[in-house]
Parts: sequence; C-alpha cells; structure tokens
Amino acid sequence: MMVKDKFGFSIHADNQVNLDKGDYSLLQKIMAAEPGFLNCISCGSCTASCTAASFTDFNFRVLCQNVRRGQNTNLMNELSKCMFCGKCRLICPRGINTRKIISLLHKELSNTMQYA
Amino acid sequence: MFIMLYLLVLFIKWIIRMSPEDKQMSIRGFFSVKTLSAVKEIFTESLLHRKIFRINPLLGYMHMSLAFGWFVLIVTGHFQSLFYKPAAFHPPYYSIFFNKLESAAGNYPMKGFFEFAMDFLLLFILSGVMLAFYKRFRSSGLGMTKTTRLKLKDNIALISLWCIFPLRLLAESATSGLCHNGGFMTGSFGNALHTFLPLETIEMPLWWAYSISLGIFFFSLPHSRYMHIPVEMILIFFRNYGLKTCNNYNSFSDMEIKSCSRCGVCIDKCQMPESDSRAVYFIRGLRENTPDPHQVENCMMCGRCTDICPVGVDVNKLRLIARSRSANDGRSNYPYLSAKNPVNADVLFFAGCMTHLSPGIIESVQGIFNMAGINYHFMDKDGGACCGRPLKLAGRNKDAEKLINFNREEILNSGAETLVTSCPICLKTFREDYNLKHIRVLHHSQFILGLWYEEKIKISKQLVTLAYHDPCELGRGLSVYKEPVELLNRIGIVRTSYPHGTDSLCCGGSLADTELSMQERDAITREALGQILVNNPQYLATSCPLCKKTFAKLSREIPVMDIAELVYRNMLSRGTAAGKRKLRKRTKETAVY
Repeated sequence: MMVKDKFGFSIHADNQVNLDKGDYSLLQKIMAAEPGFLNCISCGSCTASCTAASFTDFNFRVLCQNVRRGQNTNLMNELSKCMFCGKCRLICPRGINTRKIISLLHKELSNTMQYA
Repeated sequence: MFIMLYLLVLFIKWIIRMSPEDKQMSIRGFFSVKTLSAVKEIFTESLLHRKIFRINPLLGYMHMSLAFGWFVLIVTGHFQSLFYKPAAFHPPYYSIFFNKLESAAGNYPMKGFFEFAMDFLLLFILSGVMLAFYKRFRSSGLGMTKTTRLKLKDNIALISLWCIFPLRLLAESATSGLCHNGGFMTGSFGNALHTFLPLETIEMPLWWAYSISLGIFFFSLPHSRYMHIPVEMILIFFRNYGLKTCNNYNSFSDMEIKSCSRCGVCIDKCQMPESDSRAVYFIRGLRENTPDPHQVENCMMCGRCTDICPVGVDVNKLRLIARSRSANDGRSNYPYLSAKNPVNADVLFFAGCMTHLSPGIIESVQGIFNMAGINYHFMDKDGGACCGRPLKLAGRNKDAEKLINFNREEILNSGAETLVTSCPICLKTFREDYNLKHIRVLHHSQFILGLWYEEKIKISKQLVTLAYHDPCELGRGLSVYKEPVELLNRIGIVRTSYPHGTDSLCCGGSLADTELSMQERDAITREALGQILVNNPQYLATSCPLCKKTFAKLSREIPVMDIAELVYRNMLSRGTAAGKRKLRKRTKETAVY
C-alpha cells in the first residue's frame, strides 16, 4: 500500500532466512496434496490481479514463498484476507491451482493453531 | 410387513425432524389441490417414467415395464383373488401365490380375462428385465455410455429383482402344466415343460425359489437403491407441498438422498474425469454417511446432473451443504473494506472480479451505457469486493456473508433502481442471497436488450455467423436463455450448436471446483469447444467473462467474444473518429486469439 501510492522505493526490515531452521511440515502437507505448488516462479501475477490486494497489503506471492521457506508465522492472519474469488488461478502463467492451495492452507492452519 | 414397519418408522422420523413451517406447509398442502397434482406426478414419473422416455425411449420402456407393469400386475392379481373369493381384505400373500394356492380353481367371473392379463403383464415385465440385463453388459444399447457401478448390497437386490419374474414364470408354468390351465404364456409354456420335466417334483421348489427371491428383494430394499421406490412417492408429495432443501440437511434432503435410484442417467451428463465425485456416487456417499473430501469438492457444479435427474434431486444444493459442513468457515475477515461515499445514480454497474480480467467487456458495457445516455455508476471501478459467490460455492457461508453485507450496503445506499452486472456468477448471488428488495438485478445482456427495445441504441445486423454458449450460472442457474440469443440475432446469424440451452456444456473454468488441475480443465474445455464450434462459426459468443477467458485460451482460430463486446462493435451512430479507431484496434486484438 505504501509503495503503491507514490513512486519510489522503500527499505524492508532486515529479514534473514535460515533455510535449515524452517518448519517444512506445512509445505510437505501441501506438496502431498498439490504437487504443482513447486511450479511457482514467484512472478507475482497472482498478487497483481488480486481483488483483496487492491484494498490491503495482502500478498499471495509472499505468502507462498514463506510457506516454501518454512516460515509459517502469521500465515492465518494473512490468509484470512483472501476473498477466494479465483482471479489468481486464471492469471497464473504456470497453471497452478491456487484456490486448492488456499483451501488446503485454510484446512491445515485451522487444524493446527500454532501458525495463527 | 417388515418393509411397511421400516417405512413407517422412517416417515415418523421425518415428520418429527421437520421444522414447524415445513409441517404447516405440508398440512396446508395436504388438504389442497396439490395432493392431486402429486398423485398425477407419481403416476407419470414413478410409474410411467415420462422423463426417462424423453432421454431414451428404450430406457424409458425398461423402467416403465418394471414399475408400471409390476404395479398393474399386483393390482390385477389382487382383483383376481377378490373376484375368486370376495372378501373385504386378503392378505398380500394370497394374491401373490394365488395360482399356487388356488391351482385347482374352478370357474369364477372373468377368469379368462384375468389369466390373459396376468400373463400379458408378466411378459411385459419380463421384456423389461431382459432389457435391464442387456443394459448391464451393453449400456449403449439403451442410450447410456456408462451405467452405475454398483456395490454388493445393490447387486444382491438387483439379482433378486431379476430372478423374481423368470422364477414366477417358471413356477406358474409348472403349476399350470400340472393342472392344464393358465393363460396363453404360462399355459403353453407349462405344457411344453410337462413333456420333458418331472413337474411334480420341481413345482414346489420353483415356488419356493420365487418366494425366496421376493423375500430377499424386500429385505434388501431399504439397504439398496430400490429404497427409491417407496421414498420417491413420499418425496413427490412433499415437493408438491413446497418443501425444499435449505441451508442444512432436513427431512426433505434425507428423502432426496434416499430417492436416488442410482439409475446413472446423470453419469453421461458429467463432464468431469471419471471419479467417485460424480453425482450418483456422491449421493450414495451421503446416504452411507461417508462422503470423503475429494468426493465433495471435486465438482464444477454446472448443474447438468441436477437438470437431467428423473427424480429431481437437487444435487448441487446437497453438495453445497456437504461442503459447508467440512469448510473452515468464519475465520476470514475483511476489516480493510471501508464504506465508500454513496453515489447517486439510476443504474449501478458491477463488473465483478472475472470481468476485470477481460477489460474489453467493461469498456464495451460502458460504451453502450454512454451511447444510450444512462446515468450510471461503475461500482467496482477501482476493484471492488468480491460478490461472495466463490466463498459460498466453497461452503464458507459465514465468510461470504461478510462480503455480501458490505456490497449490499453500498448497493442500497446508492438509491439505484437497477443493478447491472457482467458476471453471471455475481448475478446469481445478487438475486438469491442479497435480498435487494425493490432493485432490479439484471445481466448486461438483458439490460442491453431492454435498451434496444426502448430504441436507445441501434444495432446493425451483419453477415457474421455466431455460436452462442450458454453459461451454466446464467442458463441452468438463473434460467436466462432467451435474452442473449435474441440480442445476438440482432447482431448476426446465430448458428445453434448442440448441446445448447438447458443441456449446455460447462466451459471447464468453474469456480466451484478446487480439485481439478489445469490439464484436466483444459481437457474439459477442449471437449466442450469441439462440440460448440461444430458449425464452424466466425465468432463464439458468450455472456460470462469466466467462460470467455477459459475458451479464449484454447480457441485458437475462432475468436471468443462477450455479447456486450459484439453489441458495441455493431452499434450504429458511433461515428466519431476516435470510436472508429478504437473499433479497428479491438478487431485486431481479437484476431490475435
């Protein structure tokens, strides 16, 4: 939101990811049900077309990236902004079934509340 | 007796579980003309199977011979026993085994007629059994590409049903062969048997076999698909009284589930890859209380099965309830949606998420509105909230409610009298869930046709051939068939392709399904395109942005266009230079596909 309104750049907070310490249990569950998840090239088309993203800073690309990196904190909070409209599925150049991933995440995250 | 008791208990359970309104409605309906229309429907559907006749005459004959034939056989048999021995009441076994019990019966009124009628009816039923047997091995002979895969319980009931009538023929023939009576079939058949078989010894075992197969059938009936025989009749009564499945399972939905005869008519209609999620297996899963998630979720909800179902089971509604039961509902919230300042306009235009993905439609609709001088407000110009239908289709009703309330407020605050949307998915939820009171909710094809009738716009008809694809949500979902075709007839020559109308195919892009992979979807789309474009039209017209997007991806040679785009291209008096330039540009764009 902040970047969108005015042209320019912003500085992200320092964010180092240690891939060895990630929690990959969620990723494995999603991969088992939807192997296409790894086809993602993080192009960001989903976020660019997202209905919710035109209101708020919901970012599906980042969300998926976090899951793949095993960073599962605050996922539910982010995911709850999704309206499930399905634009991302139509726009995805890799043909990933994004809506299945969203509903899988919903299911997994509500089963185990630790990610919320 | 067993089956009667079972049904009675079930019936009482249903009545108890009914909501007070439903009960009132049923009581009011019972003492009205609705009861008579229900009886008529039972006669035409449960006995004659008119709807199945329409699907395939031979299939209809098979069902009719078994249902109507057996029914008349029972009634005639009862009258036969009444004529022989007048009494107020005969136990059922008396008329069933009449020919055995009264094998040496002397003369009684209309004996010849009864003997002939009973034989004729038995022959009628036997022809149906033969067809049923044939259908199990070669279903295409009866117009069905696939028939239902049955489980053990159904197979037991099926085999016992098949056995009943041949055994009856044998048993009756044996008796008449011994006593030298019987009708044209049992009599002559019996005499023939008598020449080379020791009928004295096998007569009794044959009657036993007949009786046992009858017994097995009736005992397995409540556990098998043949439960539909009694339950469908009850269902027809209550449906005529105005009961329906609401947002939760009620007595009526239980009746619907038990009324499914697993006839398999819906299987051929399903465009999905072969799986257990098809309507007939899904309903079986519900009845056995074990629908697994894949079975519930893997469906595009195009409504083709619901439309063809001879029993009239609302599969989509039952599926939505199943989804809402397993959904993680109520966990989403949309605090970022803030109310906008109310804008006053006569007409509200809601493009919808899918339309935003094909901006050509938005541009065309706006162009048409401007040309017609409509005072309109583009509600989701900068990307509005979703209408809530995708969430509803996923069974997340509470989350959908949040979006619905948000949009509803904005619509009502605008003071508009008409709400026009380009997306049939939005249109359906606007009409069914929004409770918009006095506001007319229209699809843009309906609104544009209205403008044409009011002579606010003029369209030039050209020599182009068009094929029209009926979107599921607009056609089967909302019964809007006429307006788009009428509008297209003003633009060019509509070449009807089959299947169309109520039988129209799904484009494969449906939002209702979350399970299908892209490859599976593409296969469905290709299959549908092949059938729709069979007449090789110049354009494929549709009225749903999602269908347009889905088809455009795979229709390489024939451009896919929304009905609004076609109208806008062919509008007269848009003679400005800028307009012409735009028009040329757009024609080029569509040629790219």
